[in-house]
Amino acid sequence: MAVVAAPTRRPWPRRPSATTGFSSWFTTVDHKKIGILYGVTAFFFFLVGGVEALLIRINLAAPTTPEGALIDADTYNQIFTMHGVTMVFFVVMPLGAAFFNYFIPLMIGARDVAFPRLNAFSYWVFLLGGLFVYSGIFLGGLPDGGWFAYAPLSSMEPGARMTFYAIGLQIAGVASLVAAVNFIVTILNLRAPGMSLMRMPVFVWMTLVVQFLLLFSLPILAIGLFQLTFDRAFSSLFFNPTAGGDPVLWQHLFWLFGHPEVYILILPAMGIVSEVLPVFSRKPLFGYAAIVFAGVAIGFIGFGVWAHHMFAVGLGAIANTAFGVSTMIIAVPTGIKIFNWLGTMWRGALTLTTPMLFAIGFVTMFVIGGLSGVTHAVVPADYQQTDTYYVVAHFHYVLFGGAIFGLFSGIYYWWPKFSGRMFNERLGKLHFWIMLIGFNLTFGPMHILGLQGMPRRQYFFSEGLGWDLWNMVSTIGAFTIAVSVLVFMFNAVRSLAAGERATADPWDARTLEWTIPSPPPPHNFDEIPTVHARDELWHRKYSEDRQGRPIPVVAGAAGEAAHGEAHGEAHDDGTGDEHAGQHGFHLPLPSYWPLVAAIGLPLIGYGLMFHWVFLAAGTATLLAGLYGWMLEPLE
Amino acid sequence: MATSDAHLGSADHPATATGLDNRKLAMWAFLGSECLFFGALISTFLLYRERVPEGGVRPEDVYDIPFTSVSSFVLLMSSLTMVLALAAIQRGDHRQLRIWLVATAGLGMVFIAGQIFEFTAFIEHGFTMRSSVSGSAFFVLTGFHGAHVTVGILMLLVMAMFSAAGRLTQEHTMRIEMLGLYWHFVDIVWVVIFTLVYLIP
Amino acid sequence: MTEAEAHVEDRTHVETHEASHPSVGEYIKIAIILAIVTGLEVGIAYIPGIPFGWLVASLIVLMVIKFAMVAMWFMHLKFDSAIYRRFFVIGLVLAVVLFLIVLVSFGKFLR
Repeated sequence: MAVVAAPTRRPWPRRPSATTGFSSWFTTVDHKKIGILYGVTAFFFFLVGGVEALLIRINLAAPTTPEGALIDADTYNQIFTMHGVTMVFFVVMPLGAAFFNYFIPLMIGARDVAFPRLNAFSYWVFLLGGLFVYSGIFLGGLPDGGWFAYAPLSSMEPGARMTFYAIGLQIAGVASLVAAVNFIVTILNLRAPGMSLMRMPVFVWMTLVVQFLLLFSLPILAIGLFQLTFDRAFSSLFFNPTAGGDPVLWQHLFWLFGHPEVYILILPAMGIVSEVLPVFSRKPLFGYAAIVFAGVAIGFIGFGVWAHHMFAVGLGAIANTAFGVSTMIIAVPTGIKIFNWLGTMWRGALTLTTPMLFAIGFVTMFVIGGLSGVTHAVVPADYQQTDTYYVVAHFHYVLFGGAIFGLFSGIYYWWPKFSGRMFNERLGKLHFWIMLIGFNLTFGPMHILGLQGMPRRQYFFSEGLGWDLWNMVSTIGAFTIAVSVLVFMFNAVRSLAAGERATADPWDARTLEWTIPSPPPPHNFDEIPTVHARDELWHRKYSEDRQGRPIPVVAGAAGEAAHGEAHGEAHDDGTGDEHAGQHGFHLPLPSYWPLVAAIGLPLIGYGLMFHWVFLAAGTATLLAGLYGWMLEPLE
Repeated sequence: MATSDAHLGSADHPATATGLDNRKLAMWAFLGSECLFFGALISTFLLYRERVPEGGVRPEDVYDIPFTSVSSFVLLMSSLTMVLALAAIQRGDHRQLRIWLVATAGLGMVFIAGQIFEFTAFIEHGFTMRSSVSGSAFFVLTGFHGAHVTVGILMLLVMAMFSAAGRLTQEHTMRIEMLGLYWHFVDIVWVVIFTLVYLIP
Repeated sequence: MTEAEAHVEDRTHVETHEASHPSVGEYIKIAIILAIVTGLEVGIAYIPGIPFGWLVASLIVLMVIKFAMVAMWFMHLKFDSAIYRRFFVIGLVLAVVLFLIVLVSFGKFLR
């Protein structure tokens, strides 16, 4: 606690101080708790999005008539729109955020992120944004214009639904933008002594690239959403074709964001897999530098391919060719990564634990999805594929087979660390195999259906089109996935309730988060570590024999040396990270201002839509929250 | 702890891996992102500037370039007063800091007043957000810029008040620097808008 | 190190760090140049019958000069770490390039 009386101390309201207990979750600024909040919330939305998917598959299980469809067209539109919105914005992105939040500080040897309260603010804004969009269910209906909200349907459709979309995603975008700034500063500035950029774990690198993608792509979406909101709420004419507005502008703005977005969705999973494969191959990551540079290249080139989502719009041959070429080019760094992952496993001592299975599953499923992506890059072929189930197959292979599998790999890999328990391996493997089979049954046939001409976004299909078999298979696959998720949930609950207690390093891993207890204490590290190499932990534990095989360092000798160095460095490193030998860690105190400020945003949203009273209340709440936040000392 | 406040409130002491201050780095990252924000708004205007219905009011019909030139000059000068405010706190002169902060806010308010006056005139002449696509693009672009200026003015006044209340001390120099960066950015966005939107036909 | 000592050290640190600031006089000079350039811009805009190409080119050049001067001197980019410059320039370049492509795809700038 500050010895100097802070001149800004106010007697009321009193600063919360609890770091445990139910209410502490609302005021926490601890990156670990925030990570768990993101993870649990994202998982909840995953179940919601999953149910939406099952409803889609129920309608498409068998051929029927417009009247015979179980779910009518209007409801169906809401369901498939929200399935996409939910999975992209409220599941995969926040699951990535859960991992960034929990593990980035641990992997770089820091005690928290650069701006802990801003971090909490990000979480609350995300949660409120998601709830805001879903609140439409009580207030006129859920968004129903597709997750990509093409104008002029999205801009001119009467009612509140697409306004919930526009404002809700705007709110959620604030969360991610603010988090991007936070993590960029954290990764660049808070690395432990000795951790140069090229010694960072690949997960940290991929996270850094993702934050830059968010930083530069979200503002573009924000403008598109503002224009959409203004068209809907204030009768501006941005996308009104009769007035000269151009719906294609929406598409450009959306996809200028939307394409970097898909790399935002996949790079964290690639980072996770780059951590998991080496650990369970007992080999260093093959081609670390290549993987890092490939990740950066993917991020960079990812800004140059957006119009490949618009090949069928009529941009012209030159534009189509240019974007077709750039799309082909982006396959190269991705391929580099695949080969490096394979090289990591090659001749490694593989242990096929659940996280490892999901990581290998990621690599294989992502390759399939990547290949269908390459076929999309061939413009004339894409003319046939666009708006068919072939596209649905492609993006589910990369986003489910890729991102979700990669995220499950991370969940299982880091489960002991954040929960302090081991999970049941057999159940984990069961989850994997059922999910793998179910996933391929669901989405594999969609390639065929797409090539047979089945269009997207239709609430039923008719008899006699020859689509019956594969649709039924797909629906069975979807329910199989659901079963596997239940297995996971059972495993999770069982582990948390009665799982074997986890040690600090149950996997014999390579990176800094495994040097501290499971779960970590609030201050993370007793002493900020000093880093001497990539895979710092591995080098503390092992040196190599002449054949390059790891031999355990004598327990204690190197441990003490490393520890002693860390200890000594903490005394003398002069960067001032640690008061010498002091264990009174100055952790930031909890705060409710981030939550208060966050609440202002959806209120403003309701104000724009319904009544100015909410606008006033929301603005006041936001300003009050920010004011309280500014005056409050960090610790 | 490894954040910028490693020495409890000594916010200007960079105990960071890059040697750079956390908050300054954060502000520059944010400004980088704002380039895309205003880039999209400006591009929308450039795309839509001629889309006016037959016989409708075009932006060129209502522009008052001399008036806007004076506004632009005012905003530019506010950047000068802002940097003088920063220089003042850097040498420990809190009285001058307050003077220049208020001057900057004042010039900002003059700019906003000019904008409001201008927009009222445009609307009276029939150039509105709904009269044409061009109008939509113009008002949303300049509106967002004006909103950014307004937020800046509020922050300037808040800082000035805190300083007057004795709550803004030397250790808050970084806050003034960050505010300055924000303010100058808003100014250079206007530099671009003035040229591309008003001067180039 | 006590809190008080830490603060003193920090202030010194700040001062040495900021030694390369322009002086008040220099700031005023920059402001005067900016005002002159603005005047030039407006002046050029009023030249009757000036060819469109010349008009656009000269106005853009002057705009860039003002932009750069505010960024380099008032925002201190000239004297600060290159990392700040990179953040800003990447955003700027990305914005210019991406939106140029979008506008060209709409047929703008193509006579």
